[in-house]
Amino acid sequence: MTPAHEFGIEIGGTPVLVRTRSDSFGRSLQQRYAGFLRPAAQGSLALDVDLLEPGGPVADEDLSVQLREGEWWMERGDFAARWDPRTGSGKVRQPENPYSLDCVLRIVHSLVLAESGGVLLHASSAVRNGKAFVFAGVSGAGKTTMARLAPSDAVLLTDEISYVRPEGGGFRAYGTPFAGELAEPGANVSAPLAAIYLLTQASEERIEEVDPALAVQALLRNTLFFAQDAALVRRVFATACALVAQVPVRRLRFRPQAEVWGLIG
Amino acid sequence: MSEIYIARSSEIAARVLGGEVMVMSVRDSNFFTLNEVATVIWQAADGKTSLREIVEQTVCGEFEIELGEAMQDAEQFVNELAQHGILKVSGGPIAAAGAEDTP
Repeated sequence: MTPAHEFGIEIGGTPVLVRTRSDSFGRSLQQRYAGFLRPAAQGSLALDVDLLEPGGPVADEDLSVQLREGEWWMERGDFAARWDPRTGSGKVRQPENPYSLDCVLRIVHSLVLAESGGVLLHASSAVRNGKAFVFAGVSGAGKTTMARLAPSDAVLLTDEISYVRPEGGGFRAYGTPFAGELAEPGANVSAPLAAIYLLTQASEERIEEVDPALAVQALLRNTLFFAQDAALVRRVFATACALVAQVPVRRLRFRPQAEVWGLIG
Repeated sequence: MSEIYIARSSEIAARVLGGEVMVMSVRDSNFFTLNEVATVIWQAADGKTSLREIVEQTVCGEFEIELGEAMQDAEQFVNELAQHGILKVSGGPIAAAGAEDTP
């Protein structure tokens, strides 16, 4: 049976082909991921989405991600999904809301990225003067604040989940549709990663150097990391070390004022 | 007093960065940064040399610490890492020691 909707959602230059038989869900997804859509033929990874009847389980249960016989199984109260990294294809059973698929896309991209030495970070990011800057921190650290305070010549990549992967001997940051409090997707553009700032709200603006071991630890703390799998932990650890070795990681103490952007660069 | 032998677990990832050794458990993602003394013990943890020999030959020599005090600190450090599965500890030599990417 031909799905009603079949299109690619491309994040970080990696399209995921999404198929759904629901016309209304297909349209709402195309609206949500508008800046990241690609023609169906361009997707090398694929997700088939089957919708559950309304009134099903809710999203408040813990997320579980496990590798079983070569396939990743993802389960939360509102969805169950599996994804085979060998074929690049998977299935999702979920209610008709975009949040479930958004979560599955984050997990799949984090797994695909880990294989290529990249990482999804709890961080906002923006491009200015051809360079990308990442602002990492836990909830309340100021990710969305830094995005809101960005000068008009900065292009926002995301206010919530940053996509970073190795490229040309360094790292490159890509825009994502994964939004936080700003509730707006980032721009689908990319730039070489110039610096990572660890956010701390303070009573003044100041940039501090960070000890490499502390920088690695901070990046690991801000990495989207869903499964306690030994091979995955090794890859994520190696990526955090490579990032710290190649990209300046600094602590940014700041007040929520636009002047803070004068320190970035 | 019985001898203790230590070996690096295979369930870890480790790197040297900025002169510091970082070790992460792949079992529970616990993260450790080793100080200079701990690094020397870590690097010598081959499963064949007893902890007392390691402390006598490397720690006491390099850091001018008295043996009794150094052994007390070393045992505490070894026990802590062993609890997190980072180091294997045994009353006798340990075969097939070491992780793939230990420094």
